[in-house]
Amino acid sequence: MSSAAPAKGAPPNTRRARHARSSRPPGRGARTARPAGLWRDAWHDLRRRPLFAVSAVLIAVILVMAAAPGLFTSVDPYDAAGCVLGEARGGPSAAHWFGTDNQGCDTYARTVYGARNSVLVGLSTTVLTALAGGLLGLVAGFRGGWLDAVLSRVTEVFFAIPSVLGALLILSVFRTGTVWTVTLALAVLAWPMTFRIMRASVITARGQDYVVAARGLGASAGRLMFRHILPNAIAPLIVVSTINLGVFIAAEAGLSFLGLGVQSPDITWGLMIADARARFHEAAGPLLFPAGLLSVTVLAFIMLGDAVRDALDPKLR
Amino acid sequence: MTGITGGTPSVLPAWEGGAAPRREPLLAVEDLHVEFATRQGVVQAVNGVDYALEAGQTLAVLGESGSGKSVTAQAIMGILDTPPARVTRGRILFRGTDLLGLSEENRARVRGRRIAMIFQDALSALNPVFTVGWQIGEMFRVHQGASRREAERRAVELMDRVRIPGAARRLHDYPHQFSGGMRQRIMIAMAVALEPELLIADEPTTALDVTVQAQIMELLAEIQRESGMGMILITHDLGVVADAADRIAVMYGGRIVEHALVHDAYRAPAHPYTRGLLDSIPRVDRKGRELHAITGQPPNLLDLPPGCSFAPRCPYRQGDCAVEAPPLHRIGPTRGSACHYWREVLDGSHG
Amino acid sequence: MAATGDPVLEVRDLVKHFPVTQGVLARRQVGAIRAVDGVSFDLRRGETLGIVGESGCGKSTLARLLTALERPTSGSVRVGGREITRMKGAELKRVRRNIQLVMQDPYTSLNPRMTVGDIVGEPYEIHPDVVPAGRRRRRVQELLEIVGLDPDHADRYPHQFSGGQRQRIGIARGLALRPEVIICDEPVSALDVSIQAQVVNLLGRLQREFGLSYVFIAHDLSVVRHISDRVGVMYLGTMVELGRDADIYGRPEHPYTLALLSAAPVPDPDGRERRERIVLRGDPPSPADPPSGCRFRTRCWKARDVCAQQEPPLQVRPGASHESACHFPELYAGPRPR
Repeated sequence: MSSAAPAKGAPPNTRRARHARSSRPPGRGARTARPAGLWRDAWHDLRRRPLFAVSAVLIAVILVMAAAPGLFTSVDPYDAAGCVLGEARGGPSAAHWFGTDNQGCDTYARTVYGARNSVLVGLSTTVLTALAGGLLGLVAGFRGGWLDAVLSRVTEVFFAIPSVLGALLILSVFRTGTVWTVTLALAVLAWPMTFRIMRASVITARGQDYVVAARGLGASAGRLMFRHILPNAIAPLIVVSTINLGVFIAAEAGLSFLGLGVQSPDITWGLMIADARARFHEAAGPLLFPAGLLSVTVLAFIMLGDAVRDALDPKLR
Repeated sequence: MTGITGGTPSVLPAWEGGAAPRREPLLAVEDLHVEFATRQGVVQAVNGVDYALEAGQTLAVLGESGSGKSVTAQAIMGILDTPPARVTRGRILFRGTDLLGLSEENRARVRGRRIAMIFQDALSALNPVFTVGWQIGEMFRVHQGASRREAERRAVELMDRVRIPGAARRLHDYPHQFSGGMRQRIMIAMAVALEPELLIADEPTTALDVTVQAQIMELLAEIQRESGMGMILITHDLGVVADAADRIAVMYGGRIVEHALVHDAYRAPAHPYTRGLLDSIPRVDRKGRELHAITGQPPNLLDLPPGCSFAPRCPYRQGDCAVEAPPLHRIGPTRGSACHYWREVLDGSHG
Repeated sequence: MAATGDPVLEVRDLVKHFPVTQGVLARRQVGAIRAVDGVSFDLRRGETLGIVGESGCGKSTLARLLTALERPTSGSVRVGGREITRMKGAELKRVRRNIQLVMQDPYTSLNPRMTVGDIVGEPYEIHPDVVPAGRRRRRVQELLEIVGLDPDHADRYPHQFSGGQRQRIGIARGLALRPEVIICDEPVSALDVSIQAQVVNLLGRLQREFGLSYVFIAHDLSVVRHISDRVGVMYLGTMVELGRDADIYGRPEHPYTLALLSAAPVPDPDGRERRERIVLRGDPPSPADPPSGCRFRTRCWKARDVCAQQEPPLQVRPGASHESACHFPELYAGPRPR
């Protein structure tokens, strides 16, 4: 075909034209009886996606595990009395489903209890980055000018820092690693990403005609930002934050593995993997089970993010 | 397949064919149906379209957004995305050969070479990373195996032909360096490069200003006069149709509701929709009064009403219109109307 | 549509230049897009002034200047006798009640996350003293009824309406504060042909009912002629001709107006073979670098040396019936039409 054929077989009239005569998909303006907002439409759509169902079930299980590990195991791994050195590196058995680790502690119970710290880091970092990056991005994108220029240059500096090195620097300030220091380190390194995403989508929304119309009515900056721009610009941030949850959980495991993150005797998957690594050839269980649950958790959040993105994508509706 | 590879002219000169030479149409669309599968359901974009076109003729397909006019053209061109689109019924006869029955390979041989198309948005139809000279020349290199130098020479010729000032100088410019009107000329140059027998122009001037629109329409008419190609002009603009077309086919809700010679349709429309459109044009003598507006909204293609899809907006509506979809009634040798009450509409036009 | 009384909108020597900048760190101005370059006109109560012109002529920038969405580089805009170009804050907010905008694209001008009731009622939230909170819902329903929509649909979202219905929603929003002046920026050009007439009729009806004044910006000459009492023709940021509709369409003086009128396709095939048409050469020049003197001279068949040296002012010339900005206007003998 000659190159004079764009938008190969685009559904009728979905291409935008200057006079927008053909901007409407056929049969649009479907006069349905039920009032439905775009959010509700997206929710209806999301519920029907198998990807959403699978990831939601997985995430629900992990969240319950983090909130109430006692539901999954009667063993308390924080009680050292439960560990019998003589049973160290035992294989799976009726008493120890996943076997035991170097100290003779129950790997299953430790894996279950490890979920809390991982989920805690993931959730708190996500909330922190979404709030900080989102709000700064909203203001920078809306105001523009010197404020935007300064903030954008600052984020560029952050992007230039290698993340492991950055985390090392930040965490070395504190004497000991905890869930909260890890959260802080990750949030400091990750907010520029949410900032940029929010800023870009705010700049797109800011120029929309309905924002111009609201300005023409005399709407205040707050009304423009929070009533008109934010609801129309937040979708990418939601998608990225969902995926970030998984990414931060993986990052926490990585930092703890390197000994920079959460410290013993706290239990996290990263630490468990680090401890089990040296004796992997003697006992694979203590490494494989936390690593497996970590992978499943990260995957579940990434799948959820994918499903949410598809549901929110305005091009498809 | 002979219709495609064999180039025997099927149009007999009048003196050889006797009193009434039967002319085989260049293109005949018969009972075409196209559906789109969307998330909201099946969109019935084209619901039984019939039209025919002879060589050298201009057929204007008039319709609003969602009327199916562009989808029909994309089906002829074979550039519908399938899925979501699906041709569920019908034939597209090009010089007697059903294009829908051809293999993709044979179809590709027709596309671009014997049927070409131009679009409303020339900027997105041209590749931004190649020079226009390269893109025009590509037609000759790919389809005719011309050498680079030869292709370039003919690209300049073509650019001259579509009146791009300083063609040789601008050969190595990129699409964004041209104005909207000039880009449209470049797209026309590419479309007519291989001297197609049929040119489909889909809203070729909608994105252009009035003064530039006049230039482009003049250019198209001139190329057509010289080459004798058939042209399907897809538009929503009653003025463009009146200026340029021989025949008109009016589409509504994915169907042809009226087809006629242009003069006949404008003098006395035979379908209430055509009539409504013509009546709604602002006229000097009606200044200060209300325009005759068609009431209601365009149909929802996800949920077409039973019977005639124009019935909910139609002033001639009777009880049976909502039940039975009117066939395309023949009115004389050159005309058809898909209205049960075409006689009343036709009479009303005179009064 | 009889225009009476004092002007409700006075525009004098309005100029808007958008700076063109270069450089990443130290931005320096290298030029300017002269979007609007010295436009003056009056709009009287109950009158419709049509503005026609092609893309890049500055008509959309003009709409934004008139509604104080952009600040002009220089010049003055007075609404009800009050200068708005330097207004700020509460004062500007107050004057906005009097001048509202209806936009071109009904698919982008309504916030997709708000219900129609919230969209039409938003003016009352921004200006809470116009209608007390308890009566706003009723008022919104009245407005929807006025523009021909079902008031029970107030809790629906814009995407549930067709293009024509959405434009009615936009008009209802513009009407909510009972402005005297509405700037219509291509209000029907994004609509299907069969819907355009409905919206034109609605605008006409609202004008009679509420005594509105319109600045009606469009590129469709026949729609502008239908709705306007006076018409201004713009080319590259300047007004090249301004007069009563019958004068502009019946005895155009500026060559550009002539070309524009003759280029517009006539929806009647009869006699098309004999129709004489002025087809202009080339495209309009860039507003970043307009020609010296008369801006139309590069495409004008009447251009002479003087056209490159002197910019013709917009004025009534000897023997002419209305204002035009041409050194060699087309002049007509005989009485003025109508």
